[in-house]
Amino acid sequence: MTTEMTVVAAQVSNNSVPRNVSLRRLLRTPLGIAALVADIALLLLAILAPIIWGRSADAYDTAGINLPASSAHTFGTDGLGRDLLLRVLVATRFSLELALGATLIGVFFGLLLGSLPIVTGARVGRFIVAAFNVLVAFPGLILAIFFSSIFGIGATGAMLALGVASAPVFARLTHTLSAGVAGRDFVSAARMVGAGRMRIIVRHILPNIGDTLIVNVAMGAGGMLLAFAGLSFLGLGVQPPSFDWGRMLQDGLQQIYINPMAALGPGLAIVLAGLALNLTGEAAAQLAGRRVSTGRRRWLPSGLAKTETGTNGPWASTDRPVLVVENLTVRFPGPDGHPIMPVRGVSFEIAAGECVGIVGESGSGKSLSALAIAQLIQAPGDVEAGRLLFDGEDLLRLSRGRLRRHLATSMAMVFQDPMSSLNPVRRIGSQLAEVAVEHGGLSRRAAAARAVDRLGQVGVPAPRRRARQYPYEFSGGMRQRAMIAMGLMLSPTLLIADEPTTALDVTVQKQVLELIAKVRAEQNMAVLLISHDLAVVSAMCDRILVMYAGQIVESISVATLLAGPRHPYTRALLAAVPDLQTDRCVPLATIPGRPPPPADFGTGCAFAPRCSYATDRCSRTPEPLSIDGDTVACWHPRQGAKGPPRAVEPGAVSSTIARTS
Amino acid sequence: MSRRGTASEGSTAIVAVKVGPVRPRRVNLRVNPWIRFAVRRSARLVVSLWVLVTFAAFIIHLVPGDPVRKALGINASADVVASTRHDLGLDQSVPAQYWDYLGHLIHGDLGRSLSSGLPVDETISELLPNTILLALIAFGVTILVAVPLGLIMAVLTQNGRRRPLELAYTTVSIVLGSIPEFLLGVALVYLLGVRTHLLPVAGQQGVASYVMPVLALSLGAIVGISRIVRVEILSVLERDYMRTARLKRLPGWKLYVRHALPNALTATATIAGLLLGGLIAGTVLVETIFAWPGLGQVFVTAITSYDFTMVQALVLVYGGLVLVINFLVDLLLAVVDPQTTIRES
Repeated sequence: MTTEMTVVAAQVSNNSVPRNVSLRRLLRTPLGIAALVADIALLLLAILAPIIWGRSADAYDTAGINLPASSAHTFGTDGLGRDLLLRVLVATRFSLELALGATLIGVFFGLLLGSLPIVTGARVGRFIVAAFNVLVAFPGLILAIFFSSIFGIGATGAMLALGVASAPVFARLTHTLSAGVAGRDFVSAARMVGAGRMRIIVRHILPNIGDTLIVNVAMGAGGMLLAFAGLSFLGLGVQPPSFDWGRMLQDGLQQIYINPMAALGPGLAIVLAGLALNLTGEAAAQLAGRRVSTGRRRWLPSGLAKTETGTNGPWASTDRPVLVVENLTVRFPGPDGHPIMPVRGVSFEIAAGECVGIVGESGSGKSLSALAIAQLIQAPGDVEAGRLLFDGEDLLRLSRGRLRRHLATSMAMVFQDPMSSLNPVRRIGSQLAEVAVEHGGLSRRAAAARAVDRLGQVGVPAPRRRARQYPYEFSGGMRQRAMIAMGLMLSPTLLIADEPTTALDVTVQKQVLELIAKVRAEQNMAVLLISHDLAVVSAMCDRILVMYAGQIVESISVATLLAGPRHPYTRALLAAVPDLQTDRCVPLATIPGRPPPPADFGTGCAFAPRCSYATDRCSRTPEPLSIDGDTVACWHPRQGAKGPPRAVEPGAVSSTIARTS
Repeated sequence: MSRRGTASEGSTAIVAVKVGPVRPRRVNLRVNPWIRFAVRRSARLVVSLWVLVTFAAFIIHLVPGDPVRKALGINASADVVASTRHDLGLDQSVPAQYWDYLGHLIHGDLGRSLSSGLPVDETISELLPNTILLALIAFGVTILVAVPLGLIMAVLTQNGRRRPLELAYTTVSIVLGSIPEFLLGVALVYLLGVRTHLLPVAGQQGVASYVMPVLALSLGAIVGISRIVRVEILSVLERDYMRTARLKRLPGWKLYVRHALPNALTATATIAGLLLGGLIAGTVLVETIFAWPGLGQVFVTAITSYDFTMVQALVLVYGGLVLVINFLVDLLLAVVDPQTTIRES
């Protein structure tokens, strides 16, 4: 635990003395300041109030009993004429002492009990842990009342009762934390050298859970203060002539009609002190691990910083396009207020029944482009496009209702992770049927029947039974089939498959890809296949769009791709695909450097810093060039024939890339 | 995961071979996770109840000093003390006393109150319904208000929208949530009873007398649960399956109520279970404030007057309530979220 927390703290402060620095840093946050001020005030009051006002708070005044609040007595006086404000202030010390005492008792017994499972070993330990679980479910106050019947009423009895009542919580915490530490290597090492169980607990486990434990104790102290007040309020805690806030509250409630402040005053004190202790707990928790954030996210209207978006070129148009995308841009508010543009000026078309692939590294904007086309980007994200035509409709001009129906009917989508793409608490069949009821005008029964039919169509065996199952009863491949079936419920003309096989194992990958190909052929459906795997895309698609840094850098037919692409980035991608001839004695080819994050796309060719052909011209954004039906956005397009080394001499790929870097 | 995965794949293969109607799977008592889960939880409940009964039986022995003398006061004559000791069976051996106690308990005999001499079970059957009624109403109000509130707040403040609303909501809920129910009760008495005379401050007469106790019990719980619901919904809204649901272009309320809310229910039900237990504890305090004719005041009086037979019985009642609630919540969780609950058991 400690190591993890130090890591977090170190990340926050980026300094070799993380704790001090993050303490200082915490004190600059409102929470830290508030906690510190409240603690100091509470501490001063607890120490000084009994010394300064201790005697006047006990002074009887038979002439002024049960006086309501006035300027002389802010909270009024009690039945013996004692000033209630002074008594509230003086009671600070006793109330705090009792709360802290009870907390310490709870922590002491909690540590003892919580270490038991480690001492006794696993078999007995299981029963002890089960007992913790049962006890923890009891509200603390109920346990405290139970125990106070044994320990007796009064300050000491109540402190013992509350302490013992809170022990199970601390015990379970100790056990949970120490079970985490006990599995670590250094504890195993200590066991190996023959350290005894007690020694392991004291020397190895307790020091490692100390921080978290202290945080929880700090957070528990506030609750303890309130609980003690409750117990005293019931008359089970502090007894006269002693007094704490809870006791004063009870006495005050008796005369609430005469002097409301007699009850509200002590109540206020309890709330304030409770808040102060809770703040301390929160601050301690932040100090121990949670992130200390000083700055808030600022948002700027996205129109303010319009950078020059990419281009609007003739990206290989085909006849009868099912999808036309022109100058698609996605914006998000950035951390410093300037909007970032993970997708900038993407334009392409997909013909009916065509399969188009989008490839690129993570963060190149592939998935965001797809989500933007499907109108699934959520606020604060912002999508703009010059034109967005889909299946004969202009998505930018369609009314909201018609847009939703059109997309729901005609556009299907499959996402990367089939494990998380289906709602875990709903049956597969009803998840499929839903869209047909909502937008297909089908009755529930007809939609359910169609769901079974579509599940069968995508090769889910025993579809009738499987439709009644939950996602967790499906394997990954079966879930992806179910997702495809969901897309087929109405009459899709385009299937967007966003890395549909990345999360699957290799044999299942092949099946799912074959299924997509089969469905595409059956339905004459266009497919937009997004992948970072060039091999998958070139096997499935007619045409490939290569994305880099939010732009399409090359649009290329699969045949040309295999012969040798023109953009240096595509060539590097292709060269990085290992095959059976790849020399296993040298490391696999990689493209040196990393793609820039969306905030640093800058102007000019974004690939230039990683490109071995880059020149001064590359500081300007390259215009897309049309060559033989393909398009490339590069100032220095390579010649296809002399293409990547692999086309000429398979096997020399990796070494060449390594050398060019 | 992998085991279940293989099993279902296996059965799939078998079913695929035998074409025809699928027969319902046989229920194997050893393997069926539902039955194993129910048996385990029931066993835990029984053991916990037995521990509770044993604790109650030994309370009187754990009290330092002479419990009978404490109960009857210093002025009671030695004869009375001796005869009470005899009535309580304290002159027998400890195992014999324990055995007797269990025997009486099975026959529903909880003994007579040491201070009033009345049968304990009469007091309990008279007042327990009032306590349970108060707790249940407060629980119902809490759930009916907190879940929609949390859902609405999550939807309104998702993706960092409506920051001022979010700030106001979290501030109010943190402040209200950190005020314990007895202080809320006192504040309500002052505001609605003393200042404005809107509502009766004590007793159980008519609907109006329910308002303040229920408010005092449920306000803190409402903000607590609605915060949890909101956080859960916010995290659910980020999930992939919500993107799938959006893909179906459902109207907003269907998206949130059908797809998001059920996924937030596990955490909510867990907390709600703890809350119901907490409400049982809260009734003790709230009943004291509002002079509610429930068992809370009886419990406090029994402890302060060393009425050990009454204390024993009330420990059983309150402890039993908490244990049974936890048992029911566990079962409920298994129904709502069979995957995690049953597998983790």
